[in-house]
Amino acid sequence: MSQNPEKVLDHFNLFREPEYVEMFESKKKNFENHVGDAEVSRIIEWTKTREYQELNFKRDALTVNPAKACQPLGAVFVALGFENTLPFVHGSQGCVAYYRSHLSRHFKEPTSCVSSSMTEDAAVFGGLNNMIDGLANAYAMYKPKMIAVSTTCMAEVIGDDLNAFIKNAKEKGSVPMDYDVPFAHTPAFVGSHITGFDNALKGILTHFWEGKERNPNETINFIPGFDGYSVGNIRELKRVLSIMGIPAIVLGDTSDVFDTPTDGEFRMYSGGTTLEEAARALDSKATISLQEYCTPKTMEYVAGKGQETASFNFPIGVKATDEWLMALSRISGKPIPAELKLERGRLVDAIADSSSHLHGKRFALYGDPDLCLGLSGFLLELGAEPIHILSTNGGNEWAEKVQAMLDASPFGKGCHVYPGKDLWHMRSLLFTEPVDYLIGNTYGKYLERDTKTPLIRIGFPVFDRHHHHRYPTMGYPGGMNVLVKILDRIFDDIDQNTIVPSKTDYSYDIIR
Amino acid sequence: MSYSLEDAKEIIKEVLEVYPEKTRKKREKHLGVYEEGKPDCGVKSNVKSIPGVMTIRGCAYAGSKGVVWGPIKDMIHISHGPVGCGQYSWAARRNYYIGTTGVDSFVTMQFTSDFQEKDIVFGGDKKLEKIIDEIQVLFPLNKGISIQSECPIGLIGDDIEAVSKKKSKEYDGKVIVPVRCEGFRGVSQSLGHHIANDTIRDWVFPKADEKSFDTTAYDVAIIGDYNIGGDAWSSRILLEEMGLRVVAQWSGDGSIEELMNTTKVKLNVLHCYRSMNYIARHMEEKYGIPWVEYNFFGPTKIKESLRTIASHFDEKIRENTEKVIAKYQAMVDKTVERFRPRLEGKTVMLFVGGLRPRHVIGAYEDLGMNVVGTGYEFGHNDDYQRTTHYVKDGTIIYDDVTGYEFEKFVEAVKPDLVGSGIKEKYVFQKMGVPFRQMHSWDYSGPYHGYDGFAIFARDMDMAINNPIWSLTKSPF
Repeated sequence: MSQNPEKVLDHFNLFREPEYVEMFESKKKNFENHVGDAEVSRIIEWTKTREYQELNFKRDALTVNPAKACQPLGAVFVALGFENTLPFVHGSQGCVAYYRSHLSRHFKEPTSCVSSSMTEDAAVFGGLNNMIDGLANAYAMYKPKMIAVSTTCMAEVIGDDLNAFIKNAKEKGSVPMDYDVPFAHTPAFVGSHITGFDNALKGILTHFWEGKERNPNETINFIPGFDGYSVGNIRELKRVLSIMGIPAIVLGDTSDVFDTPTDGEFRMYSGGTTLEEAARALDSKATISLQEYCTPKTMEYVAGKGQETASFNFPIGVKATDEWLMALSRISGKPIPAELKLERGRLVDAIADSSSHLHGKRFALYGDPDLCLGLSGFLLELGAEPIHILSTNGGNEWAEKVQAMLDASPFGKGCHVYPGKDLWHMRSLLFTEPVDYLIGNTYGKYLERDTKTPLIRIGFPVFDRHHHHRYPTMGYPGGMNVLVKILDRIFDDIDQNTIVPSKTDYSYDIIR
Repeated sequence: MSYSLEDAKEIIKEVLEVYPEKTRKKREKHLGVYEEGKPDCGVKSNVKSIPGVMTIRGCAYAGSKGVVWGPIKDMIHISHGPVGCGQYSWAARRNYYIGTTGVDSFVTMQFTSDFQEKDIVFGGDKKLEKIIDEIQVLFPLNKGISIQSECPIGLIGDDIEAVSKKKSKEYDGKVIVPVRCEGFRGVSQSLGHHIANDTIRDWVFPKADEKSFDTTAYDVAIIGDYNIGGDAWSSRILLEEMGLRVVAQWSGDGSIEELMNTTKVKLNVLHCYRSMNYIARHMEEKYGIPWVEYNFFGPTKIKESLRTIASHFDEKIRENTEKVIAKYQAMVDKTVERFRPRLEGKTVMLFVGGLRPRHVIGAYEDLGMNVVGTGYEFGHNDDYQRTTHYVKDGTIIYDDVTGYEFEKFVEAVKPDLVGSGIKEKYVFQKMGVPFRQMHSWDYSGPYHGYDGFAIFARDMDMAINNPIWSLTKSPF
């Protein structure tokens, strides 16, 4: 018995005690009919080969460890970014339990969202009654100012018509006739969470804008997109806008709802784009999307209303931030203030200071299409090489865009883009064409374990590190944070590689 | 307890006021106060959740893939349908296992058919066949495949049973299990457990019947322990110390071989009654294997359970059992001595799944704490009957509690600790109420067995006596 109440052993150490190790061995030997360690080793080695990689890349039916989620997650994320808005997902209830858990595990915050809890009878007869009761209950209990409806794949497969259902529910008195219930069909079998983001945001804008006359003004709308760093990034965005004195509306502002204080009160709703702003955003002169691949339909819709539009790809670092600030300046007619120029210079300064540790370093990265573009651009700027760039929800058009970026840089030679691939593909790549570092979400830790490629956690979800979502990854300060994240890992690695006394510790330098 | 039976009833009445009348009539049947001597908790359970109320429940897929099948380590479990279900449940449940992931074990991987629109329109059976072929090529050491149906499968009329049979034949009788656990079936995770149990009966046991296995008089199987944070391991070690031979773990750190070993055991020992009583009952009927429920939370219940299990065996085992109890007593005493003074009299409200709304009560009481409210996410009437053996007079009982109700109950009762899930954790912490996740052990554990009790005690102490709770109110 090894447990000690004075210094309690939990799972980290308890199971390394001899009695447990012996128990594991006996279980494996006597009861699991295990194939044997030699055979396991043989297969491990085989999975590292080019032969395995070829077989792996040949598959076209099976997906293993994808880096994408489904549409309604993005729709729920959008809804949470509006003032006093309750996301309502029409379909099976288990889905909502999953979205809530998923977002809460990343942000370490409550995620409020309801389901219409459709079951077998609704599968047969349709979910109209679930919509009627669901809206009535949610409205009475949680007193939202708006209920934003999306769908699970169940409701989509049986073909429930949200527009008709919501009308019907209003007629039955579930919510007042003039109550805001924007909606979007968000089938999980089309696209990914970023598609759901797009559909849901377009749904909300359509709800507020249709049939309204546009009276253009000087305001500019911003769409941050689906972003695991929304708290830090939206606050950074607002700071820039305030410095530049640009009248702006952020559409889908989750910076407060995912960062509420612990002060004795649970805030189901906090901050967010006001409904008045959502409606008024029609009059804005332009809309800027910070994530092009989160917003194709929304931007098309906005452009159709006569607004100027511009889309960016998760601007990280110097050039990407320059570009979007210049666009911002051009569209708003306001100069880029000296303060931001100073910040730019500080980022350039930091990169210059650390360049010798970054130059020529090989990276693999994966994530949502815009994040991959933003990160790749930044790595090229650092003189690093983004060797493998993979996005499960990136398409061919995205791949071409990445390729063009690689072609334009001497550091992009020998780098490859992988649209529509998953992390099991990445595993093969990391074995056959090793890199120095991997950038990705928490699930990248399995790649780190198997391939020994050090992981730098940037992406969504990040479940196993805390609070990074509070710091920006976009703009000049975001570039600084990303730079430091990368450098910290590089330096930690160098230290670990040189730490052996009298063997390697001559390079265990005090100054780097 | 700081409130009376009448107070408790009043709290429930007030909470119900928020609902539209139709919903109030339904919800009031799920909320009650336990009265000493009553045969059950007086609440209705295992019926549909009401739309729009923010139920905490999940779905049948979560019950099958997430709970019963997912932890079987040497099989590949395909989340069959769109990408989301498998993504959100990917490695989230902490079912510990030992194995080389991606080579001989697959628990913390996400295998999905990633349904696209064309699969919905034309059906997914052909794709499923191809997926099984691709799995066979890329993961040659897998010992079996299960097909975990997501909602669309049952709606578009796919025949996953036919695919499974065909492919099993093609691959020399390989275990390939079609599971009809579409999320819209039933009212919660619970039906998914049942469906998953039935598929083991129908698609695994027939193969077990053909196999031989050298048995002993002391063979037992651990049923209904998912090895969260290593729970099954800190349980197994006690059974082995008693002299029993644990030939299978269902299903945490379990293997397909172990499932097959089980039809020949002398006794099935059942921890999570809710999720696996079905298969235990089946083995009793078909193979004549008795089963016994046990509770390895906290020393009082552990001692009771060890003796109950031992009572099914001979004198030697019974003697060993007393030795095991004696061996751990000093550690238990030290644990209680260290933590009880810090926790004495503290109150707890629980809302969890499976067996925990009742099973953990004893562990709290061992530390001098009182559970003043509890409820089940997906319990049935038999769970609430069993709960009467654990709760005290005046305990508030809430079945399938809604977000609103839970928040209001906690506001009114002001417990010193809430134990529930990730969706609830931050709500209550914002309110300044100490919280522990009692599904995932808040990334700690194990909590089962004697070794687990020390961790449980430490964790409850660190939650309740965290100095940050004194700082939630600003001094200005």
